[in-house]
Amino acid sequence: MDILLIFRRLVDDSGLLGLFTHWQSVVMIAIACLLLYLAIVKEFEPLLLLGIAFGMLLANLPGSGLMHNEFYQTTPIDYNRVLHDGGLLDILYLGVKLGVYPCLIFLGIGAMTDFGPMLARPSSMLLGAAAQLGIYGAFLLARATGMFNGPEAAAISIIGGADGPTAIYSATRLAPHLLGPIAVAAYSYMALIPLIQPPIMRVLTTKKERQIVMKQARTVSRTEKIIFPIAVTIFCSLLLPSVAPLIGCLMLGNLFRECGVVERLSETAQNALINIVTIFLSVTVGATSVGYLAGPDGVTNIGFLSAKTGGIIVLGLLAFGIATVGGVLFGKLMCLVTRGKVNPLIGSAGVSAVPMAARVSQDVGNKYNPRNYLLMHAMGPNVAGVIGSAIAAGFMLAVFA
Amino acid sequence: MIGIALINQANINPSTREAIMLSVLGMGIVFGVLLMIIVVIKLISLLSGAINGKEPAAVPAAAPVVSRISEGMIPAAGSSGDIALYDTSDEDAALVMAIVADELKAPLNELRFISIREKR
Repeated sequence: MDILLIFRRLVDDSGLLGLFTHWQSVVMIAIACLLLYLAIVKEFEPLLLLGIAFGMLLANLPGSGLMHNEFYQTTPIDYNRVLHDGGLLDILYLGVKLGVYPCLIFLGIGAMTDFGPMLARPSSMLLGAAAQLGIYGAFLLARATGMFNGPEAAAISIIGGADGPTAIYSATRLAPHLLGPIAVAAYSYMALIPLIQPPIMRVLTTKKERQIVMKQARTVSRTEKIIFPIAVTIFCSLLLPSVAPLIGCLMLGNLFRECGVVERLSETAQNALINIVTIFLSVTVGATSVGYLAGPDGVTNIGFLSAKTGGIIVLGLLAFGIATVGGVLFGKLMCLVTRGKVNPLIGSAGVSAVPMAARVSQDVGNKYNPRNYLLMHAMGPNVAGVIGSAIAAGFMLAVFA
Repeated sequence: MIGIALINQANINPSTREAIMLSVLGMGIVFGVLLMIIVVIKLISLLSGAINGKEPAAVPAAAPVVSRISEGMIPAAGSSGDIALYDTSDEDAALVMAIVADELKAPLNELRFISIREKR
């Protein structure tokens, strides 16, 4: 037995050599550790960021063989090869690639969402529409940079919807090679909403507007809550078929919740199912963010560490800002039209980050009038934003996919 | 038709003008669809009203907590109306209201609770 040979083979097989060969892997491991720090210590969207960061860490460990991003570089994708030679994350990634996980996440979100505030005040849906300005603003900016083609710009723009599953769903169809940076940007900025939105809200509104107390909305009957998801599914899917998987799952989850006859399914959708899918989704999306990516021909391809990633990070921040501006300005318009009955602060909740954006409206409003409780009023535009961003994404898919 | 023509024109690299037109069209579609959903919601509300009669809330009225205050007792100043409890004991309701008041840093008698329902 040649001990030296065995030792040599062990050294060759280890990932340590890979760290020296590809410096990008070392940088990506550092970035993954930074994101883990943000998730655990700073609690930035930990439910998703933790998985994303750990997936990133796993995929960038040379020789781990858990994820082979190069398998997905070919057109069409050789799924036989993925199933035969793929690692654990390759197999789990199929759920992302085929658009299964974002839809299942939407099922859970639907089961957790109470559309009551929106049904009680349907006009609040317009605020959810106005906040989609972030999507189209980011699209224009992305095109203006000249760094991104149409489908890439469209995929990046969905970050402005502040809706992680929709951003991931769109990215897998429009620009799968940008999935990692888009997901990281979307979830990072969603966590930063309490920091991004308040300054914009304060700049765009007067103190008097921020102090407006809104009247309590009417009570919504159970019948309305049951008919709503069915009607919206039929209506939206007929109008924009590309959005049917997302809206369909969102509304099915909501129907589970509201119909009252499938408590077990509702419970599962809003707890076990969404938690399991979140683990799979976050880890595999993180695993697509690799610093060094061997192309199908063995040549190094563009990985996470590129100028495009920097562009996506900047555009994502601008998209959130523009979305907030759109929502608040429309809120001001509604305030004007209703002669001061609508507090413009609820407009910022039109970005779909549920319920964080609504909480921000509540906090800012409460700061200027301690007896003002905007939370339930802000939930209307907030859940409308989920539908609005899905429609905006459906439009982008219809145009570019 | 304009939209279809625009979509057909939109190649992989739309010009700035095409991108602006797509954005305007996209925003228009989002507003249009959500406006139509508002109409659908109004219709649902009317339909629901017809099904349930004039009462918009389909939930059965439960015995309100405040009304259970025995005669002779004076409700706290500024008490904000009745509350409906569904599958919730008085003790649990009191606990929930106290927690909410504490979280919101607001006096309990300045908050208005509509109903409390146990989630299963």
